[in-house]
Formats: sequence, structure tokens, C-alpha cells
Amino acid sequence: MLLGPSLLVSAILFTIGVVGVMLRRNAIVLFMCIELMLNAVNLTFVALSQVLGLGGQVMVFFVMTVAAAEAAVGLAIILAIFRHTRSVDLKNINLLQG
Amino acid sequence: MSGQTVFYILAGAAILSALLCIIQKNPIASVLWLISTMFALAGIYVLLQAQFIAAIQVLVYAGAIMVLFLFVIMLLNLGRDTGDLRGMPVRLAAVLVAGGLLGELVLLARVTPGSMALLRGTAVGAGTPMASFPAGQAGAAAPGAQGVVGAIAEPLFRTYLVPFEITSILLLAAVVGAVVLAKRKL
Repeated sequence: MLLGPSLLVSAILFTIGVVGVMLRRNAIVLFMCIELMLNAVNLTFVALSQVLGLGGQVMVFFVMTVAAAEAAVGLAIILAIFRHTRSVDLKNINLLQG
Repeated sequence: MSGQTVFYILAGAAILSALLCIIQKNPIASVLWLISTMFALAGIYVLLQAQFIAAIQVLVYAGAIMVLFLFVIMLLNLGRDTGDLRGMPVRLAAVLVAGGLLGELVLLARVTPGSMALLRGTAVGAGTPMASFPAGQAGAAAPGAQGVVGAIAEPLFRTYLVPFEITSILLLAAVVGAVVLAKRKL
């Protein structure tokens, strides 16, 4: 039974994802860090499905679907922004700062 | 090699690749390290008796989603080194947030089936702690009876049928949204 170690790995991966989101300014790398966090959550679901039944594994499907939809829409938004500002650096994308 | 050893090797590979992914300056290297993380995670899924999820992880995540990322990076010609780390104050905040979050999550990670049973109030009776989780035991037995895919298909198409159908609407909306956003002119 690898429940505890799996949850620990998942915690570390999630934290790495959060640090990546806070540190990087490249919008695409930011998206990849979000994918990393979703993967960490998937690992939690699979680990707990050992104890709580197969519903957790079904939930991983839904997380993957949402991740795919999010990647498609998010990358389309990044493409649109790149066309507008010729950059994906977040320091050039500050429309909301007024 | 025992399952434990393989697990720790894969876990180390996953964490190392994830760290390299957020450190690399070149976005393409970043994507490749993230794919490496996903392969290691697929191996961990196999060790956790979720073989079908492992296959889907490789096919959908490493195969489709990450190729989409790679595609966009190459389309935008972003494959050169750019120092794009944020400034010192944000880095300090990131370290603080990471420390707090990791502490919290490591506390959560000390969970075992025995401690979960105690939390639920069902006292651990005779035998293993797993005895107080009938759903988990049924889930562990299902692949033997129905096959690895059948064991997941049953809850997916019975208990979770409505969420499954809603997922298709989500995907349709995402496709339409992506096309609308990516078009040069509406």
C-alpha cells in the first residue's frame, strides 16, 4: 500500500507547480505549471482510489478532459495575445493595470 | 526489485523532471521535462493498480496535450533562451508560499488507511485497516473480475453517466471557443 508516499509525491509536485506559476513570466510555461498541478491532483485521486473505490479513477478522466479543454482554449488565447503584442511575456500583458 | 523501490525511483524522476521543467529557460526544454514527469507518473499509476489511467496518461497527456504546447511554442518561434524569472520580491513570496503549502500538504500526506479509518469514526476492528473500506476492497477486486478497463467503465457509465455527458458539452464549447479565438477575424 503506497498511499502515504503517493500523497507526499503529489504534494511536492503541486508545490513545484505553484512555485513555477509564481516565478515564471512566460505565459506558456505558466500553463505548463498549471498542467503540473492538475497532474499532482490526478495522482492524489488515483492514490485515494485504492482505499475509497474506483470513483477516484473516473474523476481522473474528468480532470483530463477539463485539462484538454483548458489547454486548447488557453493556447488559443495566448495565440491571440501574441498576435496583438508580439510577445508572451506577462510583463507586456498589463491591460488591467490601467 | 520490489514495488517500493520502483516507486521511489519513479517518484524521484517525477520530482526531478518537474523541478527542471520550471527552471529551464528554454520553453521547449521545459515541455520535454514536463513530458518526462508525465511518463514517470504513468509508471506510478501502474504501481497503484490503475493501468488504464496510466495508458490514458501517456496517450492523452504526454501524447496530445503536450504536443499541442510544443506546437504553439514552435508556431510562435519562442524556442530561444529568455531570462523570464520574476524579480526578487516575488521570488521571496514564492519561497514563503511554497514553504507554507508544502508543510500543509506533507502533514496531509502522512495519511494511511488506518488513520483514515480513525478519522471516519469507524474503529479499526479485527484484521487490516482496509476492512473498514468496503468500496476500496470492491475496487481492488473489480479488475480481477471485469478486467482493467471494465472495472473503470462500470462506474463511468453507471454512476457518473450524467457528468460524462456534460463533459462532451464542455469539449464542444472548448472547440468552438478555440476556433473563435484563433480566427483572425470573426
